[in-house]
Amino acid sequence: MKPHTLSVLVENRAGVLSRVAGMFSRRGFNIESLAVGTCEEPDMSRITIVVNGNDSVVEQVMKQTNKLIDVIKVSDLTERESVERELALIKVAAEPGTSRAEILQIADIFRAQVVDVGAKTLVLQVAGDTDKIDALEKLLRQYGIKELVRTGKIAILRGSKTVTSSK
Amino acid sequence: MKTGARTLIEALQREGVDTIFGYPGGAVLPIYDELYDSSIRHILVRHEQAAAHAADGYARASGRVGVCLATSGPGACNLVTGIATAYMDSIPVVALTGQVPTGLLGNDAFQESDITGITMPVTKHNYLVKSADDLDRMVQEAFYIARTGRPGPVLLDLPKDVTTSMVKSAKPASGTVSLRGYQPTYEGHVRQIDKALALIAGAERPLIYAGGGVVLSGASAELLLFAETAAIPVTTTLMGLGAVPGDHPLSLGMLGMHGTQSANYAVTECDLLIAVGARFDDRVTGKIETFAPNAGVIHIDIDPAEIGKNKTVDVPIVGDVKAVLQALISRMQKHGNTAAWMNRINAWKAQCPPGYRDDDHLRPQYVVRELSDILKGEAVVVSEVGQNQMWTALHYCFKKPRTWITSGGLGTMGYGFPAAIGAHYARPDLPVVDVAGDGSIQMNIQELGTVAHYKIPVKIVILNNMYLGMVRQWQELFYDRRYSYTELPPVDFVRIANAYGVDGLMVDEKADVREALETALATDGPFVLDFRVEREENVYPMVPAGAAINEMIGVRQK
Ligand SMILES: Cc1ncc(C[n+]2csc(CCOP(=O)(O)OP(=O)(O)O)c2C)c(N)n1
Repeated sequence: MKPHTLSVLVENRAGVLSRVAGMFSRRGFNIESLAVGTCEEPDMSRITIVVNGNDSVVEQVMKQTNKLIDVIKVSDLTERESVERELALIKVAAEPGTSRAEILQIADIFRAQVVDVGAKTLVLQVAGDTDKIDALEKLLRQYGIKELVRTGKIAILRGSKTVTSSK
Repeated sequence: MKTGARTLIEALQREGVDTIFGYPGGAVLPIYDELYDSSIRHILVRHEQAAAHAADGYARASGRVGVCLATSGPGACNLVTGIATAYMDSIPVVALTGQVPTGLLGNDAFQESDITGITMPVTKHNYLVKSADDLDRMVQEAFYIARTGRPGPVLLDLPKDVTTSMVKSAKPASGTVSLRGYQPTYEGHVRQIDKALALIAGAERPLIYAGGGVVLSGASAELLLFAETAAIPVTTTLMGLGAVPGDHPLSLGMLGMHGTQSANYAVTECDLLIAVGARFDDRVTGKIETFAPNAGVIHIDIDPAEIGKNKTVDVPIVGDVKAVLQALISRMQKHGNTAAWMNRINAWKAQCPPGYRDDDHLRPQYVVRELSDILKGEAVVVSEVGQNQMWTALHYCFKKPRTWITSGGLGTMGYGFPAAIGAHYARPDLPVVDVAGDGSIQMNIQELGTVAHYKIPVKIVILNNMYLGMVRQWQELFYDRRYSYTELPPVDFVRIANAYGVDGLMVDEKADVREALETALATDGPFVLDFRVEREENVYPMVPAGAAINEMIGVRQK
């Protein structure tokens, strides 16, 4: 059992996400994370899905996903050289004074950006892999996290290889 | 310029549709208006579920795409069981549903239901047609998707404004469909085929396990040639019956929960299992760990997702069963020598064929055997679900593909009668018989109205045990004979038939069975036979749930 990152190229049509998500829940596959957006082709979208399972489960997941008519290509990026990123927005309690300075220092170390400064809060934006965001979240917890929003993971192959339509 | 409805009808005609099973309503009025003077025959059923099953039965008997039509909301929802039934058995059906106008979608409008959402898990694909300009292309795609690759039902949801509005782009359909997300593999990989042949050449006890995919692919002749060339015995699933003639020396009949002893023993002892268009369903395998425990496995299927789903496979071959079998035959060099294995199998076949107590009681198996003896395989036999289905599978000798029609995957009671109606329109040259239970037949008994209306010569053979027999059997065996809600009070089926204007006969003596069957078959129109059979007869052999398939109860000693 380990998380697999799948890159799924789909037709950019109404209902595609619900077809993919519905198939996952129907067959009992657990989605750890999901991100969907437009891509380099105007009539396609790319979904990045992280699923947990052993090799045979992930093989089934990929085959069943591939069977959906609106799915153009499915690739498992897990064992391949790829860049994986998540984005988080963290609203942390920051009264003016020492804690605010500490938070800014931590943000700096994590290369997080301050995207909003309020009277009693700061909003940090951080991008990175799952571990990095988890680590930042853990550190900030002592100051009081008011709200946290995380995107699903997105991933792309390194080098010139691509996950594009050739199915 | 023409309307969406007109475009739809023309697109259906282009796809070769000659018959539609349907039921009208507000949202499909524009379509019905076009059907009124169209060359397409429309059969008015009495419940939309029957329309879906009839389209499915038409498809199974003919090998072509079956078509059903219903109005929005309740009409569409009534199709769902039928669509799910077709989906589980990979049957090519196109379901057309009316829908509220696009402007009202999502508003909980009168008779609105999200039928594309509802049927997403039970269709191969579906479409909500939002513009009349898309209609022609989407119809073409729907038929293409339904019948190619691993077949399955496709639903087209047609809002009323789409069928009434004028089509602007007069661009005719190109004739070929190309979908970048859907490209089935038809030819098996040569290297895999040679690997399979090497395993076959080395096997001492090979066995072919053939499923519904053989029938769907039209590969019966190839399967038989392959089996004969390599001298390999064949067992079939419930869906595969008829793929090889039941009386062929290499045939072992059905395997699985109610399989024959010889088939289940052969699976357990074989050293090579060649699965052809079959999917290792739990009703076939029993406890999967003990299914074909000593065998290498070759799995041929057009759907890559079936390979390795339930059972680890040594040589997977993705492709159309027919094409793969042709390749196997043409590349086969060494012919197998399976004489010793065949001797063992023939001993099982001789010692323990599917049996029953043949005394002077009216037993259901006897009715099926008499039917088999009269029809000699020259008929389409449909079943309902339950004991009637298993007795037909075990005691009727199927000789050709597409002459056996049953709901295997979903096990839908009420399927048989409407499916038989569909089968008649596919094969008007053959007698069509629905073998039913008294429970199942009451699930779509209103279709007596349809067969009376169109004088459809479907013969209904009710094996009336006044029980939900298969459930009662489980209660007898596993719930201490506590017959909780499985007894059905007697019904006078002949009077019901007569009320619809259909002839019928009640039979309660074994001596009258043959004549009754002959009378029904000799009658021009529909006919209902109500056989009052021995009430607590069981289907044997039987593999209890969770047991290994060679651990059967109710068997003859080998
Ligand atoms: C629609 C539906 N509901 C319930 C069942 C569960 N079920 C399976 S077999 C059976 C009994 C069938 O009784 P009957 O049609 O009288 O046939 P018999 O087994 O007596 O031949 C039932 C209730 C089913 N398969 N389908």
